[in-house]
Amino acid sequence: MLRHTALALILSVSPAFADEIWVSNEKDDTISVIDIETMEVVRTIDVGERPRGITFSQDYSVLYVCASDSDTVQVIDPETGEVLHELPSGEDPEQFVLHPDNRHLYIANEDDAITTVVDTQTRKVVAQIDVGIEPEGMAVSPDGEIAITTSETTNMAHWIDTKTQELFANTLVDSRPRHAEFVRDGSELWVSAEIGGTITVFDRETQAEKAKINFEVEGVHPDRVQPVGFELTEGDTHAFVALGPANHVAVVNAETYEVEDYILVGRRVWHMDFNADRSLLFTTNGVSGDVTVIDVAKREPLKSIKVGRFPWGAAFRPTN
Amino acid sequence: MRWLPALFAIMRREALRFVHQRERFISALVRPLVWLLVFAAGFRAALGLSITPPYQTYITYEIYIVPGLCGMVMLFNGMQSSLSLVYDREMGSMRLLLTSPLPRWWLLTCKLTGSTVISILQVYAFLATAAAFGITMPTVGYVAVLPALMLAGLMLGALGLALSSFIKQLENFAGVMNFVIFPMFFLSSALYPLWKMAESSRLLHNICAFNPFTHAVELIRFALYGQFNFAALAWVLIATAVFGALALWGYDPARGLIRKRA
Repeated sequence: MLRHTALALILSVSPAFADEIWVSNEKDDTISVIDIETMEVVRTIDVGERPRGITFSQDYSVLYVCASDSDTVQVIDPETGEVLHELPSGEDPEQFVLHPDNRHLYIANEDDAITTVVDTQTRKVVAQIDVGIEPEGMAVSPDGEIAITTSETTNMAHWIDTKTQELFANTLVDSRPRHAEFVRDGSELWVSAEIGGTITVFDRETQAEKAKINFEVEGVHPDRVQPVGFELTEGDTHAFVALGPANHVAVVNAETYEVEDYILVGRRVWHMDFNADRSLLFTTNGVSGDVTVIDVAKREPLKSIKVGRFPWGAAFRPTN
Repeated sequence: MRWLPALFAIMRREALRFVHQRERFISALVRPLVWLLVFAAGFRAALGLSITPPYQTYITYEIYIVPGLCGMVMLFNGMQSSLSLVYDREMGSMRLLLTSPLPRWWLLTCKLTGSTVISILQVYAFLATAAAFGITMPTVGYVAVLPALMLAGLMLGALGLALSSFIKQLENFAGVMNFVIFPMFFLSSALYPLWKMAESSRLLHNICAFNPFTHAVELIRFALYGQFNFAALAWVLIATAVFGALALWGYDPARGLIRKRA
């Protein structure tokens, strides 16, 4: 009770100082802003058609949104929620990743089998790289040397040299790869495969497969276990993996590649992001239209927060 | 007046009866566990049940059914103590009790308190076993649920007392099972959320919403999550008053038992 009173007092004095989670709602063409302290939606912002991938610039001064059906990447002022300008993105941008130089966006163009590189300062396309069919997952190594595109239909991870903007390797993964991340200071690449139901771990230097992570949720048909988005905890010790229509998030030990736990969340869980100290995880649940908050240490769901229709991407924004 | 010794004596008798009937304790524990581990397994809902208050997120069926099973433990215990009263009457030990100079309502209250304490112990034993199987509630809930359990126990105990004043013979207890326990249990939110009932039948939903047992279960459910349900509390209090009045009327020496016997 005392804690609640204290909390209410802090909130009433400085309402602008609670960190936020920004969630793109694919069907509503909006972004829901969740206040992490109160765990409620405090703002809803209109954006372009079918917003999916969202990410902040490194200083959090602008938000980039893939407005897939508007065929553009919108640049939004997070303070006012206004669209500042739009970036050329190629057709149907779905996911993207911001290069560590804080300047270049690597965008997957789902319909065109292309990865587009856009300079956010000159607002011009720097390069377009032919990749496999239906590119989706995007990642850049922490040193910025390698960009990855995964293609849903070709079932490959495409390795791009960011200096030459050319492919230097293609590696097969399981059916329908959706998401890619560099792990452990960029020494490993993880790629999730939605239909294959696995995550493949590659060694960065050799591009060779190092391990494969399998999932099995008790009482759920294996066909429904479809790994999509994932995020690593502090120190890369564990990965939290969204399992789509299995309605669970798996907790994977990143050392042994064993699944340790499954956490029940909303329907068709897709992507996620952490709060500042990575003690809370926010998952977007597409079909149930909500965001489940997970206590990372206890591995327990705390609350599900109603957002717009078909929430897709999530991005953390500190406000202090 | 020796009010407190009477209370302790009656409670001691209840406790002795309970301790000596080890089968009763075991069956009181096994019954809800069978529901929890067998029945609930069939309805597991691995993909999660929709969110209804007091739950803040998706839950499995095992979690949903726990408060209902706490209610079931208390319902059976309430009826069991009513059965023991009928037995007492047949054996003649009730006459001995009722010849006490203490007022009738106090004797009934003592009996009620005794049976409520016993059923609370049974509920905690059940919750502990469920926790051992990994089905846990928030820690604060285990404390917050105590007053809810007291009220629910009093209400169901009062119902048992009221019924016992109208049941003439031990053999009729099967009727109580058929016409009180089962309808009360199945026509409540113990096994399924009320919105689910509303989907199949508005009438059944209304009956469930009227059933005091539903409100006892909801009171327990909210308390287990450290929350307070005013509507359920009001219902339970009203029902306790009504059942208590019925029991008093049934045991009233002027018109109840003694006159009928005479």
